[in-house]
Amino acid sequence: MSLFEDISKVWSKYGDTILSGIANTVIISIIGTLIGLLIGLINGIIRTVPKPKNPVAKVVLTVVNWVINVYVEVFRGTPMMVQAMIIYWGYAYMNAGSTLPLIPAGIVIVSINTGAYITEIVRGGIISIDRGQFEGSASIGMSHFQTMIHIIIPQVMRNILPSVSNEFVVNIKDTSVLNVIGVTELYFYAASAAKNSYKIFASYLIACAIYFCLTFTITRILRLAERLIEGKENYTVFGSQSDFPAEIHVSKEESANG
Amino acid sequence: MAEHVIEIKHLKKSFGENPVLKDIDFSISKGETVSVIGSSGSGKSTMLRCINLLETPTGGEILFHGKNIQTELEVSKYRAKVVMVFQSFNLFNNLNVLQNCVIGQTTVLGRGKEEARKKAMEYLEKVGMTPYINAKPRQLSGGQKQRVAIARALAMDPEVILFDEPTSALDPEMVGEVLSVMKRLSESGMTMIVVTHEMAFARDVSDRVIFMNDGYICEQGAPEEVFGAPKREETKNFLSRFLNQ
Repeated sequence: MSLFEDISKVWSKYGDTILSGIANTVIISIIGTLIGLLIGLINGIIRTVPKPKNPVAKVVLTVVNWVINVYVEVFRGTPMMVQAMIIYWGYAYMNAGSTLPLIPAGIVIVSINTGAYITEIVRGGIISIDRGQFEGSASIGMSHFQTMIHIIIPQVMRNILPSVSNEFVVNIKDTSVLNVIGVTELYFYAASAAKNSYKIFASYLIACAIYFCLTFTITRILRLAERLIEGKENYTVFGSQSDFPAEIHVSKEESANG
Repeated sequence: MAEHVIEIKHLKKSFGENPVLKDIDFSISKGETVSVIGSSGSGKSTMLRCINLLETPTGGEILFHGKNIQTELEVSKYRAKVVMVFQSFNLFNNLNVLQNCVIGQTTVLGRGKEEARKKAMEYLEKVGMTPYINAKPRQLSGGQKQRVAIARALAMDPEVILFDEPTSALDPEMVGEVLSVMKRLSESGMTMIVVTHEMAFARDVSDRVIFMNDGYICEQGAPEEVFGAPKREETKNFLSRFLNQ
């Protein structure tokens, strides 16, 4: 029996179930990455708050920064499969055996894990922004929060999008480890198809092809998003093509000081 | 004598062990244009950055209308009144020209979008940048960027504008367009402190010239006095070096 026959056999019998796993894989990885990005951005904003003068605020900020550091180190430093087991069964342990619903549990695990990585990506993104951008906004009175929201984060987003796409692709693949807590995603169904049909190679080849189609489509979409954020190379010149010397437009009657 | 807008008393600033401003005393009245000259490392820019609170002074005090800017005033409100124009422009790269002049007004001053837009257009027209309101900073020349930066500063309706070597990063042929905008501003009665290497501007436009040397104000006076008949040896040396270049 040839490989193609194997594949078509598995596909005709288990194709629908395997495809139904795509939905969970995509949902968990999209929502997980978005929440992770949000966590990363919030942490990035907090981490770059300038040292306050108020001693109480200073202590609070130090503690919060410390908590963020511990979070990043712990979740980057342990495998997501282990985190999934600990969060899922830890919750059950503390709640007298009642477990979290599987999909939300999966989303929580992926979000927290991604958040730890993206916190570091955002930090790098903020460091890479020229100090002049911060000074420009500070010099006209904008607060740290206003500067972050209107000036810095939009520029950071553009710069970190390739790394965030990377995280997204990693998440699509890594949701497969959630099968350890029983989340029924793509890998879970492929594995059960393999077990039931005894056509292990064919089953996983199908899963492999589907994973690749997913990640490839998504990287293309994100590449497009990058170009959209970048904006147009050209701009419309209002009124005239020529650059008037400044004097022409400044009339003496109009006092600049009001 | 007119009311002092800014008064600096015994201002000191050190970076670690390295004292940059040793004892600065001066004040500026409403409508005055003061040029600050001096060699690199004399503390000119640091003084300006202290006035805008981009650097925290290590000693002395700065008063704005008689109030200590560090203890008696809210930083953001104060900065909106005493804005700064930088050598490297520091326009917001993610925003276009118009948005650059709008964002400060809507966030800091709480103005409505329409009002802020109108005001921004008004000042962009004054600096001759109306045709470029849709351009991003990276699409502009240095002189154009600096004119937008001046419009951004003006849109805050400030009482004082601090210029930190506004033409030092420009190509020679673009210096003129920026200086002419500044000259108009000075004539219209804006209070300005200008750190500059443009001796012609300092001589012809400013009401007073301050020569800084080694963290102190070495000499100050009307431009004719400082340029025409400098009293101190250091001033003479600096000017002769500068003018002989």
